[in-house]
Amino acid sequence: MSVGLQHYLILSAILFSIGLYGAMSRRNAVVILMSIELMLNAANIALVAFSRYLNPPVLTGQVFALFVIVVAAAEAVVGLAIIMAIYRARKTVDVDKVNLMKW
Amino acid sequence: MTFDIVFWILAVIAVVSALAVVVLRNVFRAALAMMLCFFMIAGLYASLGADLLAVVQVLIYVGAISILIILAIMLTRDVWQASRPSAVGIPAVIAFLLFGAVLVFTLLKSQWNTGTLPAPEPTTAALGVALFGKGGFILPLEVSAALLLAAVIGAMLLIREK
Repeated sequence: MSVGLQHYLILSAILFSIGLYGAMSRRNAVVILMSIELMLNAANIALVAFSRYLNPPVLTGQVFALFVIVVAAAEAVVGLAIIMAIYRARKTVDVDKVNLMKW
Repeated sequence: MTFDIVFWILAVIAVVSALAVVVLRNVFRAALAMMLCFFMIAGLYASLGADLLAVVQVLIYVGAISILIILAIMLTRDVWQASRPSAVGIPAVIAFLLFGAVLVFTLLKSQWNTGTLPAPEPTTAALGVALFGKGGFILPLEVSAALLLAAVIGAMLLIREK
């Protein structure tokens, strides 16, 4: 069976699940941010694969992937700034210790 | 056949490095594994005929975002010893397996209207037309520019000393 749309979609699903696991199970805020980037990349793979294989071929999926990359860059900048601010105030990046607003 | 081999090499390295990101204790090594994973994803874009996106992936993710994350790791010193798994470890594994299984099952069951047309290459000019042309994505483009500006200003405001 040659490689087709489903291979890319399943790869994307696997990467997304790994990112989800990382975001749920790690304590370090930077690792959580890295896991979120992994999930966004997995979604991008699915978008580009759809853009390549669906009939008729359109570039809208790639345009959407570009916008996802822009939003991911903005998210990384603001997220890392928040982590640095937390580190400056509390001397930790452990999300289990930053639970002031947790119910 | 060559295409299949390339896909499998890229996919296996991407999955292994993604697992390394979430499993490794040393956060710096996890960041390096993340860079490798992003690089493999750029290769996957290239294998899908998305040449511009492959270059953008290398520039933005491997170049900019990874360096930013490594910088944050070096500035927050206590991350070096520990990225301990949190108390929700077992439920997280269960949720991870369930979610992945459901997603893969759904994808395998779905029928897609796939074509056999070759990829439109090169995509740079076509993407430019799609973004800036008539009836294109010019409004989202302007909004994303405003979003980037807001993100930069917000980050500076958050980081600033009193």
